[in-house]
Amino acid sequence: MLDIASSVLSFSFYEGLVFGLVAIGVYLTLRVLAFPDLTVDGSYTLGGATTAVLIVHGVHPVPATVAAIGAGLCAGLTTGFLNTKLRLPALLAGILMMVGLYSINLRIMGGANVSLLRQVTTFHKVAEVLRFSPGDIKVSIIVAIAIAVVVFFILNWFLRTEIGLALRATGDNEQMVRGLGVDTDKNILMGCAISNGLVGLAGAVVAQGQRFADVGMGIGMIVMGLASVIIGEALFRPRGVARLLLTAIGGAFCYRLFITIALRLGMAPGDLKLITAVLVVIALAVPFIRKKLRHEWMPPAVRW
Amino acid sequence: MKKKGLLVLLGSLCLALVLTTLPFMTGCVPGGKKMYKVCISQIATHPDLDSNRQGIIDAMAEEGFIEGENVEFIIRNAEGDMTVAVSIADYFVSLKPDLIHTITTPMAQTAVAAAEGTTIPIIFSSVTDPVTAGLVPSWEQAAPTVTGVSDWFEMPPQVEFILQVLPDVKVLGTAYNPGEVNAQVQAQILKEVAPDYGLTIVEATAASTADVYAAGMSLVGRCDAIWIPTCNTVGGVGIESIIQVGEENQLPVFGSAVGMVETGLVGGCSCDYYWIGQQAGYIAARILKGENIANIPPMKSAVSTVVYPAAAARMGVTIPQAVIDAADIVLED
Repeated sequence: MLDIASSVLSFSFYEGLVFGLVAIGVYLTLRVLAFPDLTVDGSYTLGGATTAVLIVHGVHPVPATVAAIGAGLCAGLTTGFLNTKLRLPALLAGILMMVGLYSINLRIMGGANVSLLRQVTTFHKVAEVLRFSPGDIKVSIIVAIAIAVVVFFILNWFLRTEIGLALRATGDNEQMVRGLGVDTDKNILMGCAISNGLVGLAGAVVAQGQRFADVGMGIGMIVMGLASVIIGEALFRPRGVARLLLTAIGGAFCYRLFITIALRLGMAPGDLKLITAVLVVIALAVPFIRKKLRHEWMPPAVRW
Repeated sequence: MKKKGLLVLLGSLCLALVLTTLPFMTGCVPGGKKMYKVCISQIATHPDLDSNRQGIIDAMAEEGFIEGENVEFIIRNAEGDMTVAVSIADYFVSLKPDLIHTITTPMAQTAVAAAEGTTIPIIFSSVTDPVTAGLVPSWEQAAPTVTGVSDWFEMPPQVEFILQVLPDVKVLGTAYNPGEVNAQVQAQILKEVAPDYGLTIVEATAASTADVYAAGMSLVGRCDAIWIPTCNTVGGVGIESIIQVGEENQLPVFGSAVGMVETGLVGGCSCDYYWIGQQAGYIAARILKGENIANIPPMKSAVSTVVYPAAAARMGVTIPQAVIDAADIVLED
């Protein structure tokens, strides 16, 4: 029994950390920049595809993973460019990128699916160093923790620098930041790039973990990212940069744990989507209902 | 506030643990007899894949592995979600089953990755190209713990069948989803063999079910007939749209799976997914009986010719009597 519990927990923990990167990415654009970016479905697959193709061509898995961050950064920059320079609405820019990236991903992979079975991935390299077997969940968790910790410290530092503060302020009040003589376009570009870079990294790690990249692997990623962010917010009420980052990871963990448990109970994955939807609605509605009961004022819903 | 969040988290964790362990505490006393645990995973709900799964279960029953008596089947379906596919694979491996059965390429890849380092036998089915997918080293040799049945079929009989029904076809159209490996590989091979038969190939692609009708319409006037590969998007969910295009424009449509033809195509030289499932089931039985998986090379699909004269008439085609007589399956309304 403990066996099963620990397997459920350790697997969700790993997934929570990896998909936490997606959640952080979504958090950065959606909450920090107030930029609803739908590029995620495409940039996630882009990351996976880039890494898989590089590994198959004999590149060391670690630089191949780093390349995925670069690919994601470029995708994010393009979305930001469409929005800031060509003045496309944020939602549309993201949707166009998501659609366009589908074709680009097919081109990169030269097909719909690139297999990494019997290829050396980052997990194998780490397992080799630690003398574990590469299939061991401990290896996956160690890799995921290492990446999450690095990302956490870099972002925690960056968002507190002057540039980072300006980026956060852009999301809060763009007019004011502009009035202070800051180029908000640059901040939006930077925010989109960082966000999609993280998402690309997540795609790269997942592709190596599941030993293949597939053009369909990013479908639903944006929904998962949003759900994680919203569940995380309902549970942890983030204040400050560090809590904010942990909220995203915590939200992703809870979301994946929920899916893992539902699967093991034999719930039809077809129904799973509805449950995700209901879960997010509850997480969003609870603060409103609570305020209603206390007769507090609640701002009207955003319509983007 | 912080404490409350943590409490909710801890509460849900406890609930999670209880819920996941409950089913295992109740279902493990089959009266002393050896109960085999067989896991089956499937990428999505689809008529062909469903009959593939049924074939596995039926064939295993034939061989004496009967559900509820000496086999427990744990069946999961990812419904098209790759992250769920990974969770399913991990779950299956954690159950330490006697055998994992996977239906389609991504399910096989995730299972093989999750089972790395274990000796759990994995039998795949409905994987078109297991060599490129990295599942087995070659068509002649199984991997140490992996083998299975492919839905790979040779292309020339497909083209020859179309030419038997319609000898005047010069341009053959095909519609498929470029995001599906199976379909993409088949379309590629079709283009390679076409010159041998003096055929020109025109392609239309549909990235999702919503695009299938448009893809079909784009072929109207550009080709003499349409051939659909084993593609879940165009040949599975979206096949009705293609049939509509064919019937409205008197453009004959041929298919590559029995299930596809049954929906209302002229006919085809087809894979039978039930048969594929059965073969996979027989292999599974041999392995449970103690045979070494490495000695069972991966299999290709056999093909049978299917004709559907009534559906052909709706697309303005009369199938020659000789072809109907020679067909393995003749469908009626």
